[in-house]
Amino acid sequence: MEFSRRDTLAMGLGAAVVTVLPFRVNAAADDQIAAFTGGADMADAGITLTAPEIAENGNTVPISVDAPGATAILVLATGNPTPGVAQFNFGPMAGSQAASTRIRLAGTQDVVAIAQMADGSFAKASTTVKVTIGGCGG
Amino acid sequence: MKFKAMTAIAALVAAPLSAVADPDDDTLVVNEEIEMVTKAAAPDHLSDTLDEVMSGWHFRSDETQSLQMDDFDNPAMVFVDQALEKWEEVEGAAGKSCASCHDDVEESMKGVRAVYPKWNDEKEAVYTMAMQINDCRETGMQAEKWKYTGGNMAAMEALISVQSRGMPVNVAIDGPAEAAWEMGKELYYTRTGQLELSCANCHEDNYGNMIRADHLSQGQINGFPTYRLKNAKINTVHARFKGCVRDTRAETYSPGSDEFVALELYVASRGNGLSVEGPSVRN
Amino acid sequence: MASGVKPRVKVPKTAAAGDVVTIKSLISHKMESGQRKDKEGNTIPRSIINRFTVEFNGESVLDMTMEPAISTNPYVQFEAKVPEAGEFTFTWYDDDGSVYDTKKAIAIA
Repeated sequence: MEFSRRDTLAMGLGAAVVTVLPFRVNAAADDQIAAFTGGADMADAGITLTAPEIAENGNTVPISVDAPGATAILVLATGNPTPGVAQFNFGPMAGSQAASTRIRLAGTQDVVAIAQMADGSFAKASTTVKVTIGGCGG
Repeated sequence: MKFKAMTAIAALVAAPLSAVADPDDDTLVVNEEIEMVTKAAAPDHLSDTLDEVMSGWHFRSDETQSLQMDDFDNPAMVFVDQALEKWEEVEGAAGKSCASCHDDVEESMKGVRAVYPKWNDEKEAVYTMAMQINDCRETGMQAEKWKYTGGNMAAMEALISVQSRGMPVNVAIDGPAEAAWEMGKELYYTRTGQLELSCANCHEDNYGNMIRADHLSQGQINGFPTYRLKNAKINTVHARFKGCVRDTRAETYSPGSDEFVALELYVASRGNGLSVEGPSVRN
Repeated sequence: MASGVKPRVKVPKTAAAGDVVTIKSLISHKMESGQRKDKEGNTIPRSIINRFTVEFNGESVLDMTMEPAISTNPYVQFEAKVPEAGEFTFTWYDDDGSVYDTKKAIAIA
């Protein structure tokens, strides 16, 4: 396998981003998660988060959340300048504890969804969305 | 600035060498009702150059594609609703609305988008829809002209385009329109800007290739006006032309200029046979 | 009031009693994030829809908090129970204090 100078440069940048991001961005997201869960443990099952693996434009990224039996779902974009995205609170007339919307992602990052269940427990799902940079500014 | 230019040049040089991401073979049906022709045999005037013409829809991701398949998922349609209100709204000294002369938009505007730009006998010039709309506003309604690429204009073009969705683009390129068409063709193949790129360099020679992370289409305009995820609004053809020419690092022609009108006619004719899709959804 | 704000909702006209129906909603709104700068370099102040609520015959279906990360022209799709004929009320709350609402009736078929 051959690496061009350009590839090497890109990999170096990628590595730099990976190294720096978790420290820079996750603190604010962690604070919001703690505020939502009160520090409770979160199960891995019980909530589904659907988002594209690669978003064609970070300005409009379709996502869906689905957590049967939840009363509320918090959605966070951990790499955005402010991580908050939305909180869905489901009322008694909700037909399901699911919703879809379109969100802004400032760059490649993890999107996190946390459901609060009717029994007070929590469940978490997370997925990485790669945000591509267009070829043309036009 | 210099670094950005270098990067852009590097990307362009690398593009033909990188993996080709072919346009897909999905089928575009809107509202489970309007079947779109998104691939067609190239029109005669292009037959030496291309075998097939393809809608830009094929070059987009599944998520973006699906936004155009349902009129509720298509964010442009809320602006079409707004344009429908404008259609009925009396404006200007003549005390008229669009509807005063043209009645029901669904009847009167059916098929219009498919044949524009077109020769206007009275004005002795090729007219785009935007020019016709502004002529109606100025002469018929005695109202102020709209900005050529502004929100009102884009939404009205979208409303008019909706009435022709699924019909084949069929702009006339002979007769009195021929001179403008030839001018448009020449512009299409003329390199501009510091990057010295013509329309053809990207959209004829390299469609299907990646320009950095973006999938180059044939640059067809059958989907215009188009809602772009990038700026979350309806974009007109001339605004897009301006963006493209600017990206070659050139001073651009102005929206509504003779050059862009000619180019619109020529580019539209490259899509003769594809369905009118506007307002489409692109990235 | 922010200019050009227009809501749009899609609700089936009829349902069987006890059905769950899919509802789609969109409102034209810039959703100015508060992160952008104008040409002079000044921060453009945040101006977004910050809350969206849906009720059926006065009972809550959805109460959604929106942050600046929600895209321009906010779109939300969800499901609602329809135990009886009635009316959905959709309400959007703007940072500037404006409230936009629209209603849709649904019949039992």
